[in-house]
Formats: sequence, C-alpha cells, structure tokens
Amino acid sequence: MKQYVVAVVAAAVMLSSLEAMAAGTVRIGALFSVTGPASFLGEPEKKTLEMLVKEVNAKGGIKGNKIELFIEDTQGDVTKAKQLVSKLIKNDKVVAIIGPSTTGDTMAIIDDVEKAGIPMVSCAAGVKITDPVKKWVFKTPANDHVAGEKLLDYLAAKKQKSLALLTVSDAYGQSGREQLKALAAKKGFSVVADELYSPKDTDMTSQLTKIKGSKADAIICWGTNPGPAVVTRNVKQLGIKIPLYQSHGVASKKYIELAGAEAAEGVVLPAGKLTIYDKMKKSDPQFKVLSDYNLAYKKSYGVEASTFGGYAYDAFELISEAIRKSGTTPEQIRNGIEQVKKLVGVSGLFTMSPTDHNGLDQSAFEMVKVVKGDWDLAK
Amino acid sequence: MDLLQQLTQYAFSGFSTGAIYALIGLGFAIIYNSTGIINFAQGEFVMLGGVLTYFSLTVLRLPYLVAMAVAVAVTTAAGAAFERLTIRPLKSPSPLSLVIITIGGSIFIRGVAMLLWGKDTHALPPFSGNDPLTVGGASIMPQHLWIFGITLLIIAANKFFFYYTISGKAMRACSHNRTAASLVGIDVRKMVLLSFVISSAVGSLAGIIIAPLTMTAYDVGVMLGLKGFCAAIIGGMSSGFGTVLGGLLLGLLESFGAGLISSGYKDAIAFIVLLLILFIRPQGLFSKAQTERV
Repeated sequence: MKQYVVAVVAAAVMLSSLEAMAAGTVRIGALFSVTGPASFLGEPEKKTLEMLVKEVNAKGGIKGNKIELFIEDTQGDVTKAKQLVSKLIKNDKVVAIIGPSTTGDTMAIIDDVEKAGIPMVSCAAGVKITDPVKKWVFKTPANDHVAGEKLLDYLAAKKQKSLALLTVSDAYGQSGREQLKALAAKKGFSVVADELYSPKDTDMTSQLTKIKGSKADAIICWGTNPGPAVVTRNVKQLGIKIPLYQSHGVASKKYIELAGAEAAEGVVLPAGKLTIYDKMKKSDPQFKVLSDYNLAYKKSYGVEASTFGGYAYDAFELISEAIRKSGTTPEQIRNGIEQVKKLVGVSGLFTMSPTDHNGLDQSAFEMVKVVKGDWDLAK
Repeated sequence: MDLLQQLTQYAFSGFSTGAIYALIGLGFAIIYNSTGIINFAQGEFVMLGGVLTYFSLTVLRLPYLVAMAVAVAVTTAAGAAFERLTIRPLKSPSPLSLVIITIGGSIFIRGVAMLLWGKDTHALPPFSGNDPLTVGGASIMPQHLWIFGITLLIIAANKFFFYYTISGKAMRACSHNRTAASLVGIDVRKMVLLSFVISSAVGSLAGIIIAPLTMTAYDVGVMLGLKGFCAAIIGGMSSGFGTVLGGLLLGLLESFGAGLISSGYKDAIAFIVLLLILFIRPQGLFSKAQTERV
C-alpha cells in the first residue's frame, strides 16, 4: 500500500514536472528572404514576427508557453533555404516553421518538412505550394487566381470583354498571365493583346502602342514595382483612353508615389484589405485586426504595415490558434491548423480543411481605385 | 491608330531609350579610350547620380540644381577614390584582373548604396513639366528632349577636350602607347585618374537626367550599365558619335522588335544583333579596322 502511494506520488510529481516542461517554451522557426532581391517580402515579415512574439511573450505566452523564435535569412537563395531548414529542424528542434517568403524557396524545402513531419506555414503566393495538398504544408497569401478572378468579375460587371495583357517576364507576372488567360477563356473574355516586359525595363511605350492599336476594352498589367509605375506613366504619355488595371502586387502607396498621383488617377486593382481598412465599415470582421496590426507596426517601426508583413502575421496566428486549441507537438499543431475555422487574419478569413491548406476566398480582396493620390473603394 | 502612327511612335520610343543607352555608353568609351580599361562599375556611377540627387533633395532638402551639383560632385569623388584605391595599387595590370576589379567594385558600391539608402525605388521630379509633346500622332516626354540635348552637349565637350586641350591629347596618347606617353613626359597615372573623374561625372549626370523617367534605386546600375556597354561596343568604343549611333540603334531594335515582332523577345533580338556585330565587325560598326604592326 505504502509503495502504491509512493508510486502515485512519484507519478504525479513526474507528470506535473512534464506539464511544467511542456508549458515552458515552444520553439518556432522562420525562414525569410530578409536580404537579396526578395527583401521587400522578407523584411516586413521578419519585423512583424519579432513584434508579435515580443507581444505574446510579454503577456505570458500562449497558454503559458513562451515562444522562442529562430529566424534565418535565405537571401532568396534556394540552396540556403535547403541548408537552413535542416538547421532549424535538426539543431534548433523547432516544432513549426513560418515562411519562406518566396515560392521558389518554399517548393525547395517541402520535401524536408514532409519527411521530418514539421508543419510549415509558407508566406509565398504560388498556387503549387498547396495544390495538390501536402500533409504538412500550409500557406497564408491568397492564390494569384483569386485576385485574377476578383478582377475579371469586376470587368464583367463593367461589360469590358476584350483584354490586353501586359505582364512582367518574372515568376509573378507569368503566373498571373497564365491564370488570367485560363480564367478569361472560362469566363468568356477574349484576349486581344498579350505583351511582356522585363523586370528592369524603363520604357513600355512600344508595347502600349501595340495595345493602343488593338481593340481592347481594358489593359491589365501584372507586375511588382517599379514596372507597373512606368506602365502607368507611359499610358498617360501616349494619351491612351482604355482603362488601366493593375494587380495586387502594387497595392501600396509606393505605387501611387512612383507613378505620380496624376498618372495613376482612376487606376483600379484588387487589393488586400490592409491597404484600405480605414475606408471600410467598422463592422467588417477584419477591421479590428487590420487596424490593431497597422497601429502596432507603426508604433514599433515608424512605417505603415504592408500586406507582405501580414502574411507572417497570419502564419503566426494560425500556429498560435493551433497551440491554444490542440497542443504543442508538431503533430498537434498540424492538426490544429487544419481545423481552423473562420480565423480572422490580415489577408482574410481562414477556414482550413483537409482539402484546402490556404483557406482564403475572394473576400480576401477588395477592388480599389486611385482617387486624388489615395486609395478608395471602387464601385 | 493607323500603322504609320504606330511606326512613328516606335521610332520615338526607340530614339528616347537609345539616347539613354548612348549617354551611359559614353562613360564606358571615355575610360576605354584613355586607359584601355572597360569599367564595369560605370553603371554604378549612373545609379549614384540618381540616388544621391534624390537623397539630397528629400533628406537634405536642397534645391533641385544644388542637389544635382552635390550628386555629381560626390560621384566624381567616388570615381576618383575608386581609381586610387583599386586600379592604381595594381602592380602589373592585366586586362582580366582589371575587369574583375571593376566588377568587384560595382558590387561593393551597390551594396554600400543599399545599406545607406535602402532598397526602395524612388522617382525624381521632371525638369520641365509632365505633359507629353505630340508630333504626328506620336508622343514624347519633355524629359527626353533634355536627354537629347545633354547628350549632344557632352559629345561636343568631349570632342573639344580630347582634340583641342593638352590634357585631352595626353590622355589619347596614353591609350595608344603607355610607355611612349610616359617617355615624352606624360604622367600616365594622373591621366588614368583624370579619365575616371570625367567618366564618373558623365555617368552621374546621365543618372540624374534619366531618373525622372526611369526612376532610380540601388540596383538600376546593372541593367543600364549593360545596355550602355552594348551601345559602346556597337559604336566601336568611340567617345563621339559612334557610341551615340550604337545606343540609338540598340534602342530602335528593342522598340521595333517589341512592337512588330514580340515583346517577349525584345531583349533577345537586341542581343542577337550585338552578337552578330561582334562576329562580323568586332571593331564596331562605325570605326575603321585597326591594323596591328608586328
């Protein structure tokens, strides 16, 4: 009997100490391209994550678990991403990974996380990351075709049926171009011009002259700064009256600044809601998250938050939610993320399922228009 | 828009981008002609011109003209320092080591610019208005006229300097034969330094006048430098009209290639022509073949 009591007490002590250990720290890894060509993604992502972790730890962690963060810089280099992911898994023994920032880096390390059984929430937009679905891989940015679909639905409502495409010849532009062409065919649009430009081009008047000669109702430019700003100026220079549409890749004030308020006037594009949350109704489910995030970021770093930082914000929220609801082992976190329903994030409302590891729909985007050098909701 | 109007617009677009390439190409040609060095850091001087002007304009809040002067002065100083610290200490300069040094220098300058001024792209205000000028149904920005004008001015100044001043003639002598030049009392090292000073000044000026159109950032030097280099090669590395014609030809090829054939192959078309020229006329389109005496 005495022995029995001792055993029970011992077991209880062990259990509670295990409990205490479990409620110690959760090690989370992050891979961002903080330097290098994709640093415009990695830098705000890193800053956002550092800010969030500091905030959570100051409040005592998630269910008593302090977060320990391991951020590594891939420099947008696939080889580095590959080395760093194995460092995170083997040396740092992280239970979940946030990032990488680019589709290339993400695709390169999918094998590693699948083999190790560590959940990864990527901050890259490429469709192929979660299509087909991989057991351990999730992502927070909406798929390109969601933005394209939103844009084409807007054009359909305006009865603009023949499109001129002007896309940048990099991964972002060409993925957009393929999606747009596929969607256009499906929705009964005709593509009357399909032009390209190089990321560093400084003059697109030749392509636009050709487009001007076509019978297009709408020009869709798909790229990231500074190309689209040059296109916007060139459209003005050539006196083209066909309405110009841009992608969500330029949904920031920087685009208006580069193109000039005068040239950008009237340009319409699908944007993540962070850009225009101050114009949205206060009753919108995302309003509070967006405004809190933007204000906190501004307070910490002195600049406006960007959509890109929002990807890291959402990734961290998904993992936190999984830890709260499910547990702190990699397996529990993975299952927790997959069961997330209507989680309010910066990019939209996330509803994950075994067949959808992105969880966003068209409501992630809002059509916006440049009016007097600022964004406004487009009607 | 009829075909004729389109063709006029392609020509205008070609001329205006071509003038930019020509202006940058001149910087390459100046250094090559007085030292035989191909300075791959030339594109970074162009970048420094634009970025420094933006910085002086917004952070130091200087007037536009003063900001430009500051940018040219600082870039020129950087060019001189570049020569003193990297080219001159070399004991036995071979063409290969010089090329590698200038490439290394360009990576270094780009990195420093990124750390100092960040990675954002910036736009400079245009010199004279933002309203396009229309001629025969085709349009051009007033800034392009500035580029044409300043290119012509630089060529004229170049011509005058290299053919009518003692320093200019001395620099040409150095390019023909260093040993002979030093034997007749020319300070060769001073001439090399001078050529870097001139070309960094020209490069930064180019960077400033194109920035209102092309915008500027720490990494614009790579592509602009490459295109300028092509212009200089097509023109046979002459510091006069050859390079200008080379630049214009490159611009026209790109613009007509994009307009009439395919915008996806725009750069490919231009570079294929460059390769053809190098195969068929390696001395450039507009210069006489050199005969080498043995």
